[in-house]
Amino acid sequence: MDAIFLQILNGLDKGSAYALIALGLTLIFGTLGVVNFAHGALFMLGAFCAVTLQKLFSLSYTVIDETQKDFLGNPLKVEVSYLEGWFGKDLGGALADWSVPLSILIAIPIMVVIGFIMERGLIRHFYKRPHADQILVTFGLAIVLQEIVKYFFGANPIQTPAPQAFRGALDFGVLVGFEPGAVIYPFWRLVYFLFAAVLIGAVFAFLRFTTFGMVVRAGMADRETVGLLGINIDKRFTIMFGIAAAVAGLAGVMYTPILSPHYHMGMDFLVISFVVVVVGGMGSLPGAVAAGFLLGILQSFASMNEVKAVIPGIDQVIIYLVAIVILLVRPRGLMGKAGVMEE
Amino acid sequence: MLGLNKRDTRFLIIVILLTLFTPFLLQPFPEGSAMAQFNGGYPDLMAKIAIFGIFAMGFNILFGLTGYLSFGHAAFLGVGSYAAVWMFKLLTLNVFPALILAVLVAGLFSAIIGYISLRRSGIYFSILTLAMAEMSYRLAYSVLTPITNGETGLQVRDTDPRILDGAGAAQYPNLFGLELSTSWDWRVLGHVFTFNVGFYFCAVIAIVMFYVSLRIARSPFGLVLKAIKSNQTRVNYTGMNSRPYTLAAFVISGMYAGLAGGLLAVMDPLAGAERMVWTASGEVVIMTILGGAGTLLGPVLGAGAIKYLENIFSKINEQVLHDWFSFLPDWLADPVVWLASRFTGEGWALTLGLMFMAVVIFLPGGLVEGGQKIAGWFRRKPPADGGDDPEHHPKPAPHVPHMANTGD
Amino acid sequence: MAILEVKDVSKRFGGLQALKDVNLSVAENTVHAIIGPNGAGKSTLLNCLVGKLMPDTGSVLFQGQSVLGRKPHEINQMGISRVFQTPEIFGDLSVQENMLIPVFAKRDGAFRLHPFETVEHEAEVIDEAMAALEEFGMADKRHMHAASLSRGDKRRLEMAMCLVQRPRLLLLDEPTAGMARANTNRTIDLLREIMERRDITMVIIEHDMHVVFSLADRITVLAQGMPLVEDTPENIKGHPKVKEAYLGEAA
Repeated sequence: MDAIFLQILNGLDKGSAYALIALGLTLIFGTLGVVNFAHGALFMLGAFCAVTLQKLFSLSYTVIDETQKDFLGNPLKVEVSYLEGWFGKDLGGALADWSVPLSILIAIPIMVVIGFIMERGLIRHFYKRPHADQILVTFGLAIVLQEIVKYFFGANPIQTPAPQAFRGALDFGVLVGFEPGAVIYPFWRLVYFLFAAVLIGAVFAFLRFTTFGMVVRAGMADRETVGLLGINIDKRFTIMFGIAAAVAGLAGVMYTPILSPHYHMGMDFLVISFVVVVVGGMGSLPGAVAAGFLLGILQSFASMNEVKAVIPGIDQVIIYLVAIVILLVRPRGLMGKAGVMEE
Repeated sequence: MLGLNKRDTRFLIIVILLTLFTPFLLQPFPEGSAMAQFNGGYPDLMAKIAIFGIFAMGFNILFGLTGYLSFGHAAFLGVGSYAAVWMFKLLTLNVFPALILAVLVAGLFSAIIGYISLRRSGIYFSILTLAMAEMSYRLAYSVLTPITNGETGLQVRDTDPRILDGAGAAQYPNLFGLELSTSWDWRVLGHVFTFNVGFYFCAVIAIVMFYVSLRIARSPFGLVLKAIKSNQTRVNYTGMNSRPYTLAAFVISGMYAGLAGGLLAVMDPLAGAERMVWTASGEVVIMTILGGAGTLLGPVLGAGAIKYLENIFSKINEQVLHDWFSFLPDWLADPVVWLASRFTGEGWALTLGLMFMAVVIFLPGGLVEGGQKIAGWFRRKPPADGGDDPEHHPKPAPHVPHMANTGD
Repeated sequence: MAILEVKDVSKRFGGLQALKDVNLSVAENTVHAIIGPNGAGKSTLLNCLVGKLMPDTGSVLFQGQSVLGRKPHEINQMGISRVFQTPEIFGDLSVQENMLIPVFAKRDGAFRLHPFETVEHEAEVIDEAMAALEEFGMADKRHMHAASLSRGDKRRLEMAMCLVQRPRLLLLDEPTAGMARANTNRTIDLLREIMERRDITMVIIEHDMHVVFSLADRITVLAQGMPLVEDTPENIKGHPKVKEAYLGEAA
């Protein structure tokens, strides 16, 4: 029982990332009708926002500290980060420690702007082109983005730790009545799950309770009619693209302590996220979220040794197997609308 | 000739000549000259061009003719390589059994994957093939290690049984004893031209495969594939079952990919799972689009262009760039070199990505269409319509229609 | 004798009863029109006839054989062809190639792997296609891209593609939708001529009363998924129920 509970918890953080990326993909596909192969790259760019801030916060200069001497009695040269120099040791250190969560503040505007530029500069010209062309041009864009990141940050993963306060693990099992030590869960994963839940809730609330969201939902259902009502749907779709980019970016920012970012991470997540979208149902936002968590948890169950002993290699392929079965048995996906791209 | 009309025969002859003279065409600059680094006439590169040309030709039958965008074709290439290397290990280093098995295994594998993925079309098909290929890739790395040798890759070893090879048999892939790595150099007028058995072997196979794809494109079967691309609903309402047609196209293109994979193993007898990764599938899409999807020669040109540029661009390092731009004043040379080096050497992938976007945005018809456009400007008229549709059936001028014949 | 027999067909989409107990009997070599206001279920009925939709209950018999549950290509092979509301042709192919496909389909059936034959060598197929193009007055346009044809020519091509297969039953979904009056009249003449020259039955779904009364031998009026009346054009014209449900509204 506790093992099952642990696997569900383990699946949640990956599932959260899948759900967030798939949510953005679905928003873009549902509103703009565009299949965006560069969405994984947006996730990766978000992660590198966190890397950038961490690097900025650790920039330092050297001072000669008269109070400390080396073994020859000369004053010691000490590296002091600019932050500590400006804000004092306590506040500066805390800022550096909290660089990942703080990156959210810079990631939102950066990702929204990137989203705007992408939509205005490129995607917009592909609304009327076949899906194949959309796939190909965004695939090219993804390569370009990841090569640019590779140039600035190198090919190796970069460690981006969580704040000190969240580095430990929580004995989660005790809280729900298991033996102590049975269900140990790292704090940051819990944070990531809660963060994802809040973000998903925010997006849904935005779509449900604002006029803007209502128009966008109407546009997802029937673009032409909404256009006929004289509402400038294009502008709203641009903003929607920005929001989707921001969601992917934030998912990337907060994921950095779980997976050290590298330039290729976007491609790795992209394939799975597409599978998630398909399983959830093309164009269904709740479907994307549910499928994200479902596949995350399934994946974590499949990597249990007991399961792998029965079906070797299942952990590697479970997601794809589920997708294949779903597409064949229920092509519209778990929560997709009937008749949407069932062919 | 060979069941082709005059135009197609001429087309085929031109392709044959171009292929056979590749060692000259890709080696235009004298040895030791400043431009020699743009020479591409060495066997390894030329064979790669021929092999990826075959891969792209096959992919074009599915994507260009039938309109199904597969994002998992690298899986068949990889399977072909594994099959060929196993044949080398178990039976003989003669290349023919290896290639035959590569084609058969890839054909079988693509029949299974095609049967499942072709139940959907459009983007669902793309995602299904992507998922299948990714699954194969991961399996090759994990549980299938006994067959694939995991990350190390499958290699030919001295301890392999090779039951058909006697004691004195060749130790490298060979054509009935003639090793593929055998080369002759021809030095003339400061040029060095290399003639390599392996390249010519790949070239001859490429020509045969080109002929096959030409025949397919001109056949009723090919016509149905084009009709499916154009309007699948009408095909079905016309009484044809599009499913077996698409499956046949899928399997044929899978066999082309398997053959290409087998040839890769023939040129260099090892096989690794990285050949199956989905970005490798993306590469063949790029080749096909760059050259011109749906045209016969386009995919081969695209494969040639990509492999040539990859080779040349990757070789250009900062030192080379400094030499090139040494005529510029220093304050200008450094930034120019810096900028240029972003796109060369390690930066080749960036150039590839940009090229890909540029082609999809500006030249969706690829190089072939671009060439036709340019030719059109020279002839001062738009490119000939229905260029590859020779007059089928010379008929006397149609009699006056018995019904008025205007549209609205 | 009835070539097409629709018995008690019902179809429900969620809360909407699209068809309810529809009975229809189409006599051989006649033109049978199905009319009705928007949302009366005409298109749903047509889709049930060609296997695109499966009715919830009832049966559809063509020459005594059930068409339900069969795929579009199987229904075509039984001898039913369909002309769509917006012409479904092969836009990327030439007009002549468009005509070749149905001729190949008639000769080779649902599937034949012939990758090493050559289209150019199929003289009989080409002759048949060319003959059909001439019959429909499109021979001079045979090298044109089908996509570049005018709308009227596209429809004519689609009809030629259906008729070259010598179907027993031709289903037409608003064949004059969006046409100018002159072209509508031309289409009416074309269909009349086909009826005279061939053994063929037609089922036409149409909005334009002019077309219906010029062509139909019998008319079925659908309203809210139910057949209201079935009768000859003369009787339909004066039928009070029809006037009330349809013509009155249109006038």
